[in-house]
Amino acid sequence: MLALVLALPVVCGLVSGMVPWRRAIGWLGTAAASGVLASGIVIAVHVVHGRPLTGLGGILRADALSAFMVVVIGVIAVLATWQGVRYLEAEIAAGRCTPRHAALYSVLVQGFLATMLLAVLAANLGVLWVAVEATTVVTTFLVGHRRTRSSLEASWKYIVICSVGIAMAFLGTVLVYLAALHGGGHGPHPLDWTSLVAQSRHLDPGVMRLAFALVVLGYGTKVGLVPMHSWLPDAHSQAPAPVSALMSGVLLTVAFYAILRFKVIADGALGAAFPRTLLVIVSLLSLAVAASLLLTQRDYKRMLAYHSIEHMGLIALGAAAGSPLAIAAVLLHILGHGLAKGVLFLASGEILLVEGTSEIEHVPALLSRRPVLGGIFAFGLVALLGFPPFSLFVSELNMLRAEFQVGLGWAAVAALVCMAVIFGAVMSHGRHMLLGPKGTAAPAMTPALVAVPLIGGLVLCAFIGISVWPLGSLLHAAARIVAP
Amino acid sequence: MSASTYSSVLGLAAAVVLLCAVVTLWRRSLVSIVRVLAVQGLALACVAMVIGIDQHDTGLMVVAVLVLAAKAIVVPTLITRVVRHDPASRETQPLVNVPASLVAAGALTFLAFAATRSVTSLVPTTAGRLIPLGLAAMLVGFFALVTRRKAVSQIVGILLVDNGVALVAFLATAGVPLIVELGASLDVLLAVVVLQVLATQLRARHGSLDLDQLTELHD
Repeated sequence: MLALVLALPVVCGLVSGMVPWRRAIGWLGTAAASGVLASGIVIAVHVVHGRPLTGLGGILRADALSAFMVVVIGVIAVLATWQGVRYLEAEIAAGRCTPRHAALYSVLVQGFLATMLLAVLAANLGVLWVAVEATTVVTTFLVGHRRTRSSLEASWKYIVICSVGIAMAFLGTVLVYLAALHGGGHGPHPLDWTSLVAQSRHLDPGVMRLAFALVVLGYGTKVGLVPMHSWLPDAHSQAPAPVSALMSGVLLTVAFYAILRFKVIADGALGAAFPRTLLVIVSLLSLAVAASLLLTQRDYKRMLAYHSIEHMGLIALGAAAGSPLAIAAVLLHILGHGLAKGVLFLASGEILLVEGTSEIEHVPALLSRRPVLGGIFAFGLVALLGFPPFSLFVSELNMLRAEFQVGLGWAAVAALVCMAVIFGAVMSHGRHMLLGPKGTAAPAMTPALVAVPLIGGLVLCAFIGISVWPLGSLLHAAARIVAP
Repeated sequence: MSASTYSSVLGLAAAVVLLCAVVTLWRRSLVSIVRVLAVQGLALACVAMVIGIDQHDTGLMVVAVLVLAAKAIVVPTLITRVVRHDPASRETQPLVNVPASLVAAGALTFLAFAATRSVTSLVPTTAGRLIPLGLAAMLVGFFALVTRRKAVSQIVGILLVDNGVALVAFLATAGVPLIVELGASLDVLLAVVVLQVLATQLRARHGSLDLDQLTELHD
């Protein structure tokens, strides 16, 4: 079952690599993504009350937390691959891309999905590392897919900074392994997450402290947490929109998933205080940097990228609180942010396509000129800023509540201040893009093919904000894994 | 292998790994920097092989051969391809000059010894005592990465970091489990291939491999 989930994108990637790109191949990618989503739901139903599933001789393992992440990857992947068809057709029509080069794009996107799935389904922290590193390798060419000077520059920065970060995470993993070998871990698989958690009390605290700091810094690079965030705005603004949606909507949180797994072990070995302090520091730094840089943004794709740093900071703060309520809210936020940010990046790709610029200044009055697209962008921003009924409202509220409950009220207040600044900045940028005098031209329509998935994503985001069903028990079970 | 040969060979090989990292700081010609990197890969393979022989661990010996192939032969060849287009290219103006870089390398080595005290006390073996050398090589790699301005020097910096981490892994735990080791080596190889392709594309666009020219993206 678990191997099947991985096989879907792998097979689809192989098929799309064999022929020049055409529309049917694009839809095949969407079908594979839907298959991933469907199997994610099946796994979730299976593990939410039952035992974890294993596969491929114990390399793969799915508990409620993994199942939840598979569902998140599946949902955003459906949106992004759907919109990918539009992106590639437009690039080919404009002569910027040959069908061969487009085939490479499809292969890499499917490889990207496969590596993310491997990361969340890995039973072994070493395999988790291999998978996260592999996501960097496959996404680098996707970031540089348009082959412009600036996109090449972005991919260079991306792979250099992330390689260094991920090397630190590897050192952290090695140190955890060392602590396990000396803490009585002589089982057959000392790097398996379950055996590490079981023996976490016996791990050497000195080594674990160093290891967890390296892991937070290392995987934090891929999450986009300050101080290793500087690749993020470049890569997310230069990548093709569907890739930005995947990178921002899921890849960041897949890396954060790795930190969550390590946090359980560190909590057991060190107590809650050290991991909490570390996460609070990186999260507040990220929020402050995002707030100060959002104020002066002139490019709407970079604005969305900095907004991701803010949300990763919020997630890290929620994880620092660490109570079951906080973790459930963190996971809900991962899904809500993925949906809202995915929709916004896809919408911004469409805006870039029809307007030809990514400068905020040059795309005014979208609501009257392009009512559907402008409306989607407006609702996306509303969702992202945490207004009800969207699920980000519920998750932010619950994260803040949990932070006050565990005595992190001061950090929550600091976060609120940063959020208020960001709110003001995004509102002012958004007002400029959306409102304004109507021109003489008649409003332009947006193709239904483009609008349907985006509206669907927003509706889903609102739906899970209003009714926790059907996610409630899954969130609860997953939160219990991180905060027993 | 007698205990004293074991510890002196191991100590020598680990020291060569750190020494190579430091040498890359003062060599200017990119061709010779890549050669130094190959020597470092060789020394790293020796470390794995010596520990493997000592512990009668065939898996680790296989890993040593793989490391030799990947880090002493394949990776340097790939980087040489980038350098070959521009054989006279030199790291002319690093952000920090050579004497200051060497002082920094010394300081970083001290830092590595201080930071790994909890680790070395947990592993009181010959190999365990050498762990700080790996961390020092990694820190020197960081330093090279942030102070050097050629694309090739940055690739070398990443590989120094990576070799430093690998040295720590061999010394501390006799290597990670085989499947992780295979995956990790494959990832590193692929990353170098990606970097090489990117470097080629960068030169095609910018005409040189000076990273100072990467200035399009900023806030």
